[in-house]
Order: sequence, then structure tokens, then C-alpha cells
Amino acid sequence: MAGQSTYVPTTGFTRWLDARLPILRLANDTIITYPTPRNLNFWYSFGGILSFMLGIQIVTGIVLAMHYVPAANMAFDSVENIMRDVNYGWLLRYMHSNGASFFFLAVYIHIFRGLYYGSYKSPREVLWILGVIIYVLMIATAFLGYTLPWGQMSFWAATVITNLFTSIDQILPGVGTAIAHWLWGGFAVGDPTLNRFFSLHYLLPFVIAGVVVLHIWALHVPGNNNPLGIDVRGPQDTVPFHPYYTVKDLFYLCLFVILYAIVVFYLPNALVEPDNYVPANPLVTPPEIVPEWYLLPFYAMLRSIPQKLIGVIVLFGALAILLFVPWLDTSRVRSMRFRPLAKQFFWALVVDCLLLGYLGAHRPDAVFPGTGIPMLPFARLGTAYYFAYFLLILPLLGLLETPRPLPLTIATSVTGTGVEQVNAPAE
Amino acid sequence: MATTTADEPTRRDFIYIATGAAGAVGLGLLAWPLIDQMNPSAAVLALSSVEFDLSPVQAGQQVTVMWRGKPVFVRHRTPKEIAEARAVPVSSLPDQLARNANLPDSAPATDQDRMFKPEWLIMIGICTHLGCIPLDHEGDYGGYLCPCHGSQYDTAGRIRKGPAPENMYIPPYSYLSPTKIKIG
Repeated sequence: MAGQSTYVPTTGFTRWLDARLPILRLANDTIITYPTPRNLNFWYSFGGILSFMLGIQIVTGIVLAMHYVPAANMAFDSVENIMRDVNYGWLLRYMHSNGASFFFLAVYIHIFRGLYYGSYKSPREVLWILGVIIYVLMIATAFLGYTLPWGQMSFWAATVITNLFTSIDQILPGVGTAIAHWLWGGFAVGDPTLNRFFSLHYLLPFVIAGVVVLHIWALHVPGNNNPLGIDVRGPQDTVPFHPYYTVKDLFYLCLFVILYAIVVFYLPNALVEPDNYVPANPLVTPPEIVPEWYLLPFYAMLRSIPQKLIGVIVLFGALAILLFVPWLDTSRVRSMRFRPLAKQFFWALVVDCLLLGYLGAHRPDAVFPGTGIPMLPFARLGTAYYFAYFLLILPLLGLLETPRPLPLTIATSVTGTGVEQVNAPAE
Repeated sequence: MATTTADEPTRRDFIYIATGAAGAVGLGLLAWPLIDQMNPSAAVLALSSVEFDLSPVQAGQQVTVMWRGKPVFVRHRTPKEIAEARAVPVSSLPDQLARNANLPDSAPATDQDRMFKPEWLIMIGICTHLGCIPLDHEGDYGGYLCPCHGSQYDTAGRIRKGPAPENMYIPPYSYLSPTKIKIG
């Protein structure tokens, strides 16, 4: 829908500016007149919510950096200083730490929305891949940020994750350890590690912002997908982005922010491991190391594999596989509304990810409470299903499944005339 | 360019390739300091060795010493633990190398090759899976249990069960006197 610009400068100044830097034209075409399918539902409001959360994280992060000290002997105390002495420091830090959780909550809904409505399919493959890159950058940023308070969980998360690279020793002896020493700036996680992690934690959000610009650009070339997954056929299928979707996005953003505020003000530590309020101690590993909730499914996959290198390959493979989804799904029907079988496998994937998240919070030798049933087989089954969904089910279903008939146009489906009028202009 | 023959290289082609090559080498030379600055600095590399007096450590006890930012376990093994570790055939171990910095790399993982004196196990206390600190006197083999991912080691610090690929490492150390060691 990257059609002709409809922007008409009306004043002398805007005409002058438009001939030199058409920035108002760009803003007009992307957030005012941008033709958007008229049937976008609630699940399409998370793109706007994610932009908002990125802004919150950058703003709170910049001010926290004015008080934080990235040195091993001062980092923990400087965070406590922020919490106790800095004016509104408690609020800024709780907004930032819980902001990460809500950022991930929104991104998971956004990703599953894309999987359900087939938003990764042609012509939106690049859009999807840019989204996966943003997600991976978010994980890296969140991990780096988690190490900064230099509590026990911070320190041991840094140790465990950087040690993932030592698995390379099993194919190239010495190389993995050399990479780990390079990452640490020493022979173990320590002062140099914390300092560089802070530097990179400050950098990556701006890299994310840059990729977000590309993501939105790649969205505006083909235009939005929609819950029906059929192409826009003409102006009768669309409405201008403003005011229709600016207002709709803002409404759902308000609901989302209410939820966020409840956690920030009333449950600020609900999502935090208490061990991270113990200063980092390189001599004592906490009884159990778990990542933040949003990485638990991947942790469950890592822990379910008894072999180090394969475990690490599975961990990174679970992310890398997302890049290939546009080509693994062979169905020509985008939306799962019209794919009765795919829909069931999709919801099974959602349950699978929640189950893996639950299992990832428990030790590999744990049993389900009150039953004596070990968790490990379920973690392995869950890992297997995750990969099977992308590598077997999506490719095969496209060939085996008979999709339900698609509506002719968005307009007829939305207005519910019951008669599928073929009044759309020929393409 | 090259209007006469299509495949005859010209002086301009040569200059083009030479400039490109010089630029690539220059970029590489500039990139290396940016990469190498992350490696352990001279101050970190210069960290001295540590001396430790063994005499206060009772049989069945373990103490931890810091060396190069890493914990080193000093474990006074009981006769029962020694006997258990020595009874294990090397062929049954997942990692059959001693991983002892004081011996050649190919030394087998016998209990004898893991230490100088049978009572004293001196070992870097870092799980070879993902770097956690294992708990001592725990697990099925009475040696070590890693709380992170459940790797189990015997009383000689050799991996027996779980995801860790290697035995825990023995640092370079020597006896200064019968009751004093120097690590590093």
C-alpha cells in the first residue's frame, strides 16, 4: 500500500520545508493517511504498545544510568542508593525492571499474533525477519540489564550464559574458552565484564530502535496483514490510520499501562528472584539459578538436553528457527481462522510454550508437586513439540489440510451483508 | 574503460584492486585493537599466585581458595572417599582425561593422576557445564552436585552423570612444604 502520497502542504512554511526535507510528508503518510485494513482487532494493538514500552525503557534507562555505577564493588550499592535515596529512584527502577517484563509480555502476544494470522507469509517475510532480529536483540539487552544490579542472580546468570560459548570447545578445543575469556576480560565474570555489559546494555536499545524503524518501513510497503489474511483490494477495505487506529491503539495502550502500573506500584518484586537482593558472591552458586520468566521456555529446553553442546545448539536453534518460518509454512492461506487443523496445532504450541515456561522454573530432577511424576520427560516432549511444530507440522499441514473457503473481500466480510459481492475493482 | 579488449586488465583495474586490498588490510588493522581490548588486560594477567596452608583442614572437610577470580577447592579426603575413587575403572568414566595442568594433556583420569597426594584434592571448583560452583559432599557419588543443571562428580572431581562434558580442572600447583601449597 505504498501508494502515492496524499500530503498537500497548506502554508508557506510547510511548502518551503517540503521542498527541502519532506519530513511532514513522511509523518503524514505513515501515521495519518496510511491506509489500514478496516478489520484489525485487539491483537493488532501490540505494535503500538511495544513502541511505547521501548520509549519507557530508554527514558527510564537513561536517567537510571545517571545514578548507577558499573563497578563490581559499587554496582549493588548504587542500585540500593537509587532505591532508597535518589528522588523517585524506586519508581524509575521499578518501572525499568518491570518494564522489561511487560515489554516481553507484549512481544510474545505480538509474535503469536503473527503466527496465528500468518503475518510472516509473502509478501511480509522481511518484516517478520526484522521482527525476529528485534526479539533476539531484546533478549540480549534484557540479559545484559539483568546482570547490572550485581546480585547473586545477576552474577550467576552472567556466568551461565557466557559459559554457553565454552561448548564450542567440544568441536574446536580451546576456541570456546578463548571466547569466554574475551567476553569476560578475565578468567571469570568480574569487574571488566560488568563494565562492558553496561556499555552494551546502553547501546543495544538504540540498535533496537533502528531495527524498529526498518520493521515499520517493511510493514508500510505491503501494508498490514489482517485477521482474515486476505489482501486489501481497494479503498473500501481500508480506513486511514488516524484517527481510527491511533485511537484504538491508545485505548488498548491505556488498558495495558493500567496493568503495568498495578505491578509497578503494588507488586514490584513479584517477577523478581529474591536471590538478586543478595550481593554477588563468586564463591557461592545459589541453590537454583533461573532466568527471568520470559526466558524460562528456552531454559527448559537447555536443561532437558543432557549433552552440553547439543543443549546449546537447541537453545539457539529455537530462536534461529523463527527466521525460516515464512518458508516452512507451505500453506497459501494466511489466517488460521480458515485452517481448522493448523489452528489446533497453534494453540497446542501456545500451551507447549507455557508448559516449558513452568518446567524451566524447576530443577531438571524435580517432580510435579503431589504426584511424584518427574518433569524431565515433559520438558523433552515439550522441546520436541516446539521443533516439530515448525519443522514437521507447518510444512506438512500446508499440503494435507483443506482450508475453509475465504471471504472475497474484507469489506463484504466486515459489513456482513451475507452476500459475497464481487464489486472490488479488478487488480 | 577497456574499450579495446574486454578481458585485458588495465592499469586502472590494478589500481582499483590494489586500493581495495589496502583498504581491507587497513580496516582489519583498525578492527583488531577494537576486538583485542576486550581480552584480559595486563593487570588481570599479572595476578599473582596464591599460597595456602593445608594443616587446619580436617579429613572430610573442604575449604575454598580464590585464585585468578576462580574458586579452588581444597578437599581433605577420607580413606573411604579415596578407596571409592580409586576403585572406579577409567574406562567407565564419561571423560577419561585427567584434566590436570601439572601433567601432560593425555594423562588418563585415574584417581592418582588427579592429585599429588591421595588425601588432598586441589581442584578448580567450577562445573564444566556452564560454570556454576558445585556443592561438595553431595550427589550420588559423595563428591559434588552442581545445583544448576544437576551434573554429578565423584570424590576425585570427575564427571559421572549429567550434562557436564569434562572433569573439573586441576590448576597448576606445587607443595612448598608437606603442609603448604602454592597455586598458580
